[in-house]
Amino acid sequence: MSRQANRGTESKKMSSELFTLTYGALVTQLCKDYENDEDVNKQLDKMGYNIGVRLIEDFLARSNVGRCHDFRETADVIAKVAFKMYLGITPSITNWSPAGDEFSLILENNPLVDFVELPDNHSSLIYSNLLCGVLRGALEMVQMAVEAKFVQDTLKGDGVTEIRMRFIRRIEDNLPAGEE
Amino acid sequence: MADAALFEFLHTEMVAELWAHHSDPGPGGQKMSLSVLEGMGFRVGQALGERLPQETLAFREEVDILKFLCKDLWVAVFQKQMDSLRTNHQGTYVLQDDSFPLLIRMASGLQYLEEAPKFLAFTCGLLRGTLCILGIKSLVTASVASLPTCKFQVVIQKT
Repeated sequence: MSRQANRGTESKKMSSELFTLTYGALVTQLCKDYENDEDVNKQLDKMGYNIGVRLIEDFLARSNVGRCHDFRETADVIAKVAFKMYLGITPSITNWSPAGDEFSLILENNPLVDFVELPDNHSSLIYSNLLCGVLRGALEMVQMAVEAKFVQDTLKGDGVTEIRMRFIRRIEDNLPAGEE
Repeated sequence: MADAALFEFLHTEMVAELWAHHSDPGPGGQKMSLSVLEGMGFRVGQALGERLPQETLAFREEVDILKFLCKDLWVAVFQKQMDSLRTNHQGTYVLQDDSFPLLIRMASGLQYLEEAPKFLAFTCGLLRGTLCILGIKSLVTASVASLPTCKFQVVIQKT
């Protein structure tokens, strides 16, 4: 095998691990900075939100998806386009509520938790909570107020990782008085 | 496989959060934030370096290792190669990136020059961490004369 080919593979592998490793370093640092897991969870959610409100622009520019007409379409786009684009995985969509305002994303593999084990004294830590904030922030920018939370987590011994998404309400555009 | 944009978004948010948390108005506060970011970069650099297979690590000379950083590591992390590598052949290397991706969003020229160091600290640590795993102890600092060009100075520490 030529040296060039080896180099390409190594770069690709390092690139995919970079985000995971950086995220791990961030969580570790937050655990040092904040006294309890709840505060770390909140901080991860807040940071995720800040990322989400900017990520949505990147997503819309690169994915060419049109406006979603309902929550089901939104779910499809999140799982099949967004997760695929950014994390290279396609979660499955399950457990729709009868009213169609709640669903679950099931992640067989969560790339964020490669190489991670939760230490004993952090049982309340929601390690991947950044993702919930990202979803919330991104959707808010397309006029949807949602709640996202982890209900199953492989890091805590569950078989899969499950994020429950709940539609709260449509956010109306606030136009200045006098405009159409 | 995580998309490259995710790292950039995460990095920007990390800088904002850690800066807010660790800074106090005095000069000491700033330094602490920079060293927290540098430390995180160091651990990530080590982890990246640890995952390289043995064949990659069979470098002949110190300068080969620096070239590896400029090509393979930089492509993996920033999807581009370092633009130039210079050395005094006495253990000091200057790596120059003419359009450093983590600075690009910040506008160009002299505006925001003061902000630049916080966006370089993690990467300095990253370089130092990877060098550490490759058997080289170093001091890595960065300087910006005009965004988005920056220079990373690597000074090899002889044991």
